[in-house]
Amino acid sequence: MSEATARRAMPISSPGRPQTGVHVAARHKVMISNVDFYYGTFKALKNITMPLHDKRVTAFIGPSGCGKSTLLRVLNRIYELYPGQRATGEVSVDGENILSPGVDLNLLRARIGMVFQKPTPFPMSIYDNIAFGIRLYEKLSHHELDGRVESALRRAALWDEVKDKLRQSGLGLSGGQQQRLCIARAVAVQPEILLLDEPASALDPISTQRIEELIAELKADYCIAIVTHNMQQAARSSDYTAFMYLGELVEFDETEVIFTHPKQKHTEDYITGRFG
Amino acid sequence: MALSVAATGFGLLWLVLVLWTLLWNGFNAISPTLFAEMTPPPGSTGGLLNAIFGSVVMTFIATLIGTPTGILAGTFLAEYSRGSRFGEVVRFINDILLSAPSIIVGLFVYEMMVVRMGHFSAWAGAVALAIIVIPVVVRTTEDMLNLVPNALREAAAALGTPKWKVIVMVAYRAAIQGIVTGIMLAVARIAGETAPLLFTALNNQFWSTNLNAPMANLPVVIFQFAMSPYADWQVLAWGGALLITITVLCLNIAARALASWSTFKQ
Repeated sequence: MSEATARRAMPISSPGRPQTGVHVAARHKVMISNVDFYYGTFKALKNITMPLHDKRVTAFIGPSGCGKSTLLRVLNRIYELYPGQRATGEVSVDGENILSPGVDLNLLRARIGMVFQKPTPFPMSIYDNIAFGIRLYEKLSHHELDGRVESALRRAALWDEVKDKLRQSGLGLSGGQQQRLCIARAVAVQPEILLLDEPASALDPISTQRIEELIAELKADYCIAIVTHNMQQAARSSDYTAFMYLGELVEFDETEVIFTHPKQKHTEDYITGRFG
Repeated sequence: MALSVAATGFGLLWLVLVLWTLLWNGFNAISPTLFAEMTPPPGSTGGLLNAIFGSVVMTFIATLIGTPTGILAGTFLAEYSRGSRFGEVVRFINDILLSAPSIIVGLFVYEMMVVRMGHFSAWAGAVALAIIVIPVVVRTTEDMLNLVPNALREAAAALGTPKWKVIVMVAYRAAIQGIVTGIMLAVARIAGETAPLLFTALNNQFWSTNLNAPMANLPVVIFQFAMSPYADWQVLAWGGALLITITVLCLNIAARALASWSTFKQ
């Protein structure tokens, strides 16, 4: 409870607008260097090099199939669930190359949270959905666990809606609530990085707005990467933007620069809706 | 259209006739003594208690052996062997086993257990039934796990969940109702199997709880009594047949209810 209150008391950037002060150089949390990715023999990412800044939101934009989701899936190596998918190159998180073979994937994924396009509540109660991830790596008393669940739900702006039905199935929530439940679940394990794969694309405008507000709040603590099809969303909620096309990183810069005077003609065409 | 309706009617007619005859003859046989007394020698009164007990015991043991084996093998197919050659082969063999005539299963267990042990036994009967249960459970477990969206597995893995926990705590939970439905259908199937028991558990006229000895069971008793020339044995056979039919019917209805309840819930 006290943690939740403390977090809520923290300064929050005004939702819907990138924080000012983005020009102050932020720390590189993640450095992606020369990453190639293959689905079998198909090369889906070509020599990607870019940083992700700590406590900033980085948006990946580009037409369908450009590799933006793939790049996100490299960052927690979730692609390894499927045989035939592999990445080469280097992704360093705080200086440690997470693509090297010796990395413990489960520990890595516990540090890097991910939220998917479609809400994926587990078939269990709302409480257990949140507690699931916490129980994996921490032994907490009932009391402490209750506190963590509450604070995660509060951070995801879901607490007031579900506090009286924590024991009910997470499947009974609306789509927007389910997605916030998934964000709460990801936040509950206190990761360092949050990967959001089109988190609002299946939601109505009001739920989308709530998710965007949430992202703006969460970036005070996390390094956030978001894949989005929605250009306005990228412009509204990110500090940096990467434009990708056909597996290549066309341009990476501060969001303001990308959306006002992009250096590449290609980026400009996409932003202004001339193709895509 | 007319033809298909006629064919449907023809099929239904026989089904109704079978059920009607069964109900007509079976109801006369159902009485408290049916559940209270042992199978009698010809000419005296009795019930089916030992046969009911034997059927329940062997079905129970077969389910106890077959269910965990089937679930684990189905889990292997769905979660660990995707796209692998070995998985394909196992799946193919399982499908063959699924459609194998039960008399072959009975003969197999007869050769493997009855001949080697030198006598018929309830154990052999239970094993034969388990061999029939396993492929059904393997198949349903695999199918139900395949229905669990990969997104759910990804979401669990993305939290840093080890693979076995993803399966046990998330995939099983999502598939549990389907799997239980499959188990109930498998139980319904073995409840009426005669051929595998004929070669293994045989029959026993008396009350027996010894799993190493032949044990009475409903299907074989029905088989024996119905073929006999004695009227009171024939009545008991009708009673047993009705009992099995009702049990299977109940299991099927329960399985259906469970399945529709789960789809309703999602």
